[in-house]
Amino acid sequence: MSRQKANAEGKSPSRISAAARSLAVPLLAVVTALIIGALLIIVTDETVLAAFGRGIGSGLVQAWRIISKAYGAFFFGAFGDLYHITETLRIATPYIFAGLAVALGFQGGLFNIGAEGQYFIGGLTSVYVGYSLTGLPWFVHLPLALLAGAVGGALWAGIVGVLKAKTGAHEVINTIMMNYVAYRLAEFMLDVGGPMARPGYRPVSPEVQPSAYLPQFFPSDSTIRFNAGFFIALAFAVLVWWLLYKTTLGYEIRTVGQNPHAARYAGINVPRTIIITMALSGALAGLAAPMDILGVIHFMPNAFSSGYGFDAIALALLGNSHPLGVVLASLLFGALRSGASNMQGIAQIPIDITSILQGLIIVFIAAPAIVRAIYRIRGLEQGEELVLTRGWGQM
Amino acid sequence: MPPVLELKGITKRFPGVLANDHIDLTLHEGTVLALLGESGAGKSTLMNVLYGLYTPDEGEIAIRGERVDIAGPNDAIRLGIGMVHQHFMLVPVLTVTENVMLGMESIKHGILLDREAAAKRIRDLSARYGLDVNPDDLVGDLPVGIQQRVEIIKLLYRNADILILDEPTAVLTPQEVEGFFAVVRTLVAQGKSVIFISHKLKEVLALADTIAVLRRGKLVGAADPATATERDLASLMVGREVILTVSKEPAHPQEVILAVKELRVRGDRGEIAVDGISFEACAGEIVGVAGVQGNGQTELIEALTGLRPVMTGTVTLAGQDITNHTPRTITEVGSAHIPEDRQKDGLVLGYPISDNLVLNTYYLPPVAKGLVMQEEVIAERAERLVKEYDVRTPGIFTPAGNLSGGNQQKVIVARELSRDVKLVIASQPTRGLDVGSIEYIHSQLVRKRDEGAAVIVVSAELDEVLSLADRILVMFDGEIMGVVLADEATKEEIGLLMAGVHPGTQEAA
Amino acid sequence: MDTILNQEKRKARTMGIIFLVFALAVLLLFLPGTTGEQQTTFTFTATKVEALALPDLIFSTQMGLYVLVVVIVFLGAWQLAKGFPNQNLILGVVAGLFVLAFLAWAARDKSMNLTGMLESTLLRSMPILLAALSGVMCERSGVVNIGIEGMMLAGAFLSALIGSVTGSQWWGLLAALAGGGLMAALLAVLAINYKVDQIVAGTAITILATGLTSYFSSRYLQTNAALNTPPTFRPLQIPLLGRIPVVGPAFFNHTFVVYLAFFLVFAIQFMLYQTRWGLRTRAVGEHPRAADTLGIKVFRTRYINVIIGGMVAGLSGAYLVLSSVARFDELMSAGKGYIGMAAMIFGNWNPIGAFGSSLIFGFADSLQTKLAILQVPIPSQFLLMAPYLVTMIVLAGVVGQSRPPAADGAPYEKE
Repeated sequence: MSRQKANAEGKSPSRISAAARSLAVPLLAVVTALIIGALLIIVTDETVLAAFGRGIGSGLVQAWRIISKAYGAFFFGAFGDLYHITETLRIATPYIFAGLAVALGFQGGLFNIGAEGQYFIGGLTSVYVGYSLTGLPWFVHLPLALLAGAVGGALWAGIVGVLKAKTGAHEVINTIMMNYVAYRLAEFMLDVGGPMARPGYRPVSPEVQPSAYLPQFFPSDSTIRFNAGFFIALAFAVLVWWLLYKTTLGYEIRTVGQNPHAARYAGINVPRTIIITMALSGALAGLAAPMDILGVIHFMPNAFSSGYGFDAIALALLGNSHPLGVVLASLLFGALRSGASNMQGIAQIPIDITSILQGLIIVFIAAPAIVRAIYRIRGLEQGEELVLTRGWGQM
Repeated sequence: MPPVLELKGITKRFPGVLANDHIDLTLHEGTVLALLGESGAGKSTLMNVLYGLYTPDEGEIAIRGERVDIAGPNDAIRLGIGMVHQHFMLVPVLTVTENVMLGMESIKHGILLDREAAAKRIRDLSARYGLDVNPDDLVGDLPVGIQQRVEIIKLLYRNADILILDEPTAVLTPQEVEGFFAVVRTLVAQGKSVIFISHKLKEVLALADTIAVLRRGKLVGAADPATATERDLASLMVGREVILTVSKEPAHPQEVILAVKELRVRGDRGEIAVDGISFEACAGEIVGVAGVQGNGQTELIEALTGLRPVMTGTVTLAGQDITNHTPRTITEVGSAHIPEDRQKDGLVLGYPISDNLVLNTYYLPPVAKGLVMQEEVIAERAERLVKEYDVRTPGIFTPAGNLSGGNQQKVIVARELSRDVKLVIASQPTRGLDVGSIEYIHSQLVRKRDEGAAVIVVSAELDEVLSLADRILVMFDGEIMGVVLADEATKEEIGLLMAGVHPGTQEAA
Repeated sequence: MDTILNQEKRKARTMGIIFLVFALAVLLLFLPGTTGEQQTTFTFTATKVEALALPDLIFSTQMGLYVLVVVIVFLGAWQLAKGFPNQNLILGVVAGLFVLAFLAWAARDKSMNLTGMLESTLLRSMPILLAALSGVMCERSGVVNIGIEGMMLAGAFLSALIGSVTGSQWWGLLAALAGGGLMAALLAVLAINYKVDQIVAGTAITILATGLTSYFSSRYLQTNAALNTPPTFRPLQIPLLGRIPVVGPAFFNHTFVVYLAFFLVFAIQFMLYQTRWGLRTRAVGEHPRAADTLGIKVFRTRYINVIIGGMVAGLSGAYLVLSSVARFDELMSAGKGYIGMAAMIFGNWNPIGAFGSSLIFGFADSLQTKLAILQVPIPSQFLLMAPYLVTMIVLAGVVGQSRPPAADGAPYEKE
C-alpha cells in the first residue's frame, strides 16, 4: 500500500555504515528490554520495596544487590561454564531452525505464524521414522529421520501455501488454524492408546532407536546435552543464505515478497513461488523438532508446546529476516533461556521474564522509531526496510 | 465585490522540491477558472493547500475578501470549499446516501442515522442540478461517470460554493465528458464558482472563463480563452516553442511481427474492455495507440503481454501463437514491455539497480548458470547499461526507489531495449517525466524501430503519439475506431475518432 | 455476463450435490451401526434451575435416521431441480439436520440431554464470542488485532487480582476492562502512530501479556492464595423467560457477564449500521482517505475502536475468571482469542454473524465432552479440530465468500 516515494537526491551510504546502523537498533532494543526487565525485578521485590521504605539510599543499595544477584545468575546461566555455554548453544539450535523458517517466509512476503504446528508435525514424522525403523546404520537412519521432519513440516505449511496461492486465503489465519489442528492431531497420536503412543500409561511416543540419535559431543558427561544438531543448524543457515541471495529461486522468492506485481510482470510464477516458499519455511520449522527429539529427549511427549512459533517470529524480526541475523538472535535467545532458568533457580525470578523481554524486543524492533527516539540515532535510508506482511484487505 | 477566492504568494516546499512557488490566483463568483499544467507542475499540491490537506509554507488565502486559515478539510468545508479528487474519495460498499452524508450525518431520535432525510436532500440536489443520481444505489455498482456526480453532490450537500475539480475528465469517456461539461455549466449558472484542473487544452478552452498556467511550481501566465489558441497554451505549459517533435527517418515496414485477431478481453469489473480488436504491427514501424484513458488500452496491453487472460481471439508473435501464454513465454519469444505503472509493475523499488536490470532475465545464461546467479555478470551488465542509457545514479547498488522518476524509467528502458527483441510494447512511456528524459526515451524507441523491431506505443498524450508513431490506431470503448498514418492525419481527425465519431460521417458510433 | 450466470448455476448445482453428500454420509456412516430395536432418548431437563419441563423424546434410532435422510434428500433434490433463494440458509439447515442425525446415532440405546447440551454450548461460546466482538470492533476500523489473546490474559489476570483484593467482582470486571484497554492502547500506538506491521504488533502484545501475567502470577498469585480467590458473578434467572423450556435455561439463566455479552452483540450490530459512529467506523475501515477528506479524524476513530475492542477482549478474560473458574491460571485463555478471530471471519466481520459462529465453535467444544460420556468411538480430538477446519474451508471461499474491510491491516499515512 504505502509505496516508498522516490528519493531523488538520495546518496547511497556505504554498505558498512548501513550495516552498523542496522545493527544498532536490535542491540539497543535488547539493552532497553534488559533495563526494563531489571526495573520490573526491582519493583516486584519486597526486600527492595522495604529498603526504599527506610530511605532512598538503602533502597538503591538493595536494588543493586538484587539486580546484580539476578543478572549475575542470568549471565552465569548463559555463559558461566562449559555446561551453561553448551546449554545456550543447545537451546539455540531449534531456535535457529524456527527463526529461519519465519525469516524465509518474511523474505517471500508470507507471515508464517504456524511454525509451532509445523514443529509438531515435523516431530511426529521424525519420531515415527526414528522409532519404527530398526537395524539401519546411523548414517542412513539419522538423515532419514531428519528428512521425515522436514517433509512433515513442508506438507503442513504447504497446505497453507496452496490455499493462499489458489484461493487467496490469508496465511496468517490458516497457519493459526493449522497450529490447533496440529495440536489435536499430536494429542490423538500420542494419547494413551493412540496410534503412536508407547504401551503403558504415559502419553508419549516410543523411544527413538539409538541409530537415529544426533551424536553427542561430550558422551562422557551425560549432563551436557550439546550435540551435532547445532552444526547442522549452522549449515542450514548458510544454505538458506545461499538460497536466498545467490540462486534464481531465492531471487524469485524475494521478488514475490517485495513486489508481487513486478514478479508477475517478470514472468515469475507467483502462485508456485508462494507454495514453494511456504513449503520451505515449513520444512525448516519441521526440522526444529528433531533437534529436540533426536538430539535431547529421544521421544516425543504429548503436550509438547514450547512456544517456538512465537519465539520464531521474534527471532526473524530481531535478525531482520537475514539468516546470519537469525543465528545471532537465536544465540541471544538461547542465552536468555539458559540464563533465565539459572536466574529462576538462584534468584527466584520467574522464568516468564523471558517472554516479557521477548515481547519488548519485538516492540522495539518493529517500531525502531521508539528506539531511535530514546537514543537519538539517525534512521535508515528508505528502501532498506523490509515489507513484512500485507493486511487481509490487500493481497 | 471582492473575488470569491484569492490566493496570494502561496509557497509549498517538499524535501528537495519547490512544489508551489509564490502563486497568486483569483477566482470570481459564477466563473470557471482553469488551472493548466503538465503533470508535476504543482496543480494538485496547490489545491491540496487550498483544501487544507497541506499547510503552505508561505502565502495567504482570502475568501470574499477575508483572510482565512485552512488547517484541515473541516475548515475548508466550513468555508464552502469542496474538492473532487482525481481518484474518487468514495467508499464502494456504502450507498450513495451514506457516502454523501458521511461526516455530516443527519440524525434522528438523538442517535439514529436519518437516511431518509439525507436521501431526500440528495434527490432535491440531483433534480436541481440535473445530476440524475439515485441515493439508494451502492456506489461500487455505479459507472465512473455517475460516481463523479456523487462526488459533486457531496460538495453541494455541504453547501460548497467553491468547487475544485482535479483532472475530472481523465477517467471519463467522451460522452461522459459532454455530460460533465453540462453539469459544470449548470453549477456556474446557479452561482457556484469552479476551479477546473486539467492538462487538456481543448477542454480548458471549451469550459473556462479564465485560464492560469502552471509550470514547475510557478505561475507562468494567464490566458483568455476567447483569444488564446491551443498552440499558445501548449507553449506556455511546456515552456518552449511547442510540441515535442521526434527526429526520425520515414519508416520502412517489413514483415508482420505481431498479429492480433478478433481479440476480446475482460476488464477488472468483468465488463468487456477490449471488444473484438484486430491489427498488425510490422518490423520497422512504430504503431501508436491513441485514445482517452480507460477505453481498453490498458487491458489490450495486458492481454498482449500475458498479464490478463484473453477471452476469445488470437495473438501471434513472429509466427508463434502466444494467446494466453505466460508473460515468461511471451518475453522469451521476443517481446519487451515497458509497463504503464513503472513503480508497481516495472521495478522492485527495494532492489538495487543491478538486480532490477535482470528482472526478467535473471534465470537465463549468462546471468544464471543453472540455479546460481552470476554476480559478476550482473554487475558488469549494470555498469554497462547505466552508462549506455544515461541513468543518473551514485552507483549500480543504489536501490531503485531512491532514483527520480525519469531515472527509474531509464532503468526499465535499459532493461527492455538492451535485449534483442522483435516487439517492443511501451505503455505511457513518458508519463510524468521531465522533457530531457522524454526526448531520450523517444529516441531510444525510434532506434529500436530502425534496428528492425515492431514498436507499439500507447499514450494518453495525443501529441506524443502523433510525433512518435508511424501509424496510429485510435481506440474508443474497446474497439479500434480507425487507423491513420501519422504524417497524413490531423489532430482534429484523431480527436473525433477518440470521441467515437467517424470523420466524414459526423455521426456518433 | 453469461459466464457469471453460469457460475451461479454451477454454484447452485454444487450446493445441491453437497446436500446429497450429507444424506449419503448419514446413510453410510450412521445407519449401518444401528439395529431395528435401538432407541434414542433426547431429554430436555434443565441442569441447574427450574424450568417448565418437556417430556422426553424417545424414538427408534433407525426410523429417526431414515426420516432425516429423506428430509435432506428432499432438500437436495429441490435445490438441484428448482434452487432455493437463500442457499446458505438451507446449507445451515442441512448441516443442522446432519448434526441431529449424528446425535441420534451417538445417543442410541442411551439418553442425551439436549437442554444441557445447549446450555454448555452457550457457556463455552462466550469467551469466543467476546473475543470475536473485540476483533469486529478493531477490524471494522481497519486495525487487525491478533493480540486479542494477550488482551484476554491481561483482563483475566487483573480481574482475578483486583477482584480478590477488593473482594468485589464488580471492581474485578472494571479492572479487566482497563487491562484489555491498556493492552489495546499499546496496539493502537504501535499500529496507528508508529505504523508497525499490525500482525507483528499484535503478536508482540500477546507475547508481552503472556509474559507479564505469568510473571506476576508466579510472583504473587501462586505464593499468596488470597490474591487469587476473586468472588464470582452468580447466575440470575430472568423471570418468565427463564422458565421457557429449553430456551430458558440456555439463554436466560446466566451471569451478568453473559447478559452483557448478549447486549454487546446487538448493541454493536445496531451501532455499526444505524449510528454516526458506525458509519464513520466503516468508512475509516474501508477507505480512510475518503473519510479524511470529509473531515473525519481517522486516527481518533481507530484509537477509540481499538481501545473499546481491547476492553471487550478484557471482558472475555474476565468471563473466564469471574463467571467461570474463579481464579487466574497461566495461559488460561488457551487459544480462545484465536478461535474468536476465526469466529469473526466466519461471521463475516459482523456481530450477529460472529455470535452464530461462536455458537458453532462452542457446540463442537461441548459435544466432545458429551461424546466422551456417551463413549462414542470417535476420538474427541477430531471433533475439536472441526471448527478450525471449517474456518479454513470458509476462508478458501468454498462456502460463500467472507470479505474483510478493504483497508484492514493497512496503516494510514496522512499526506
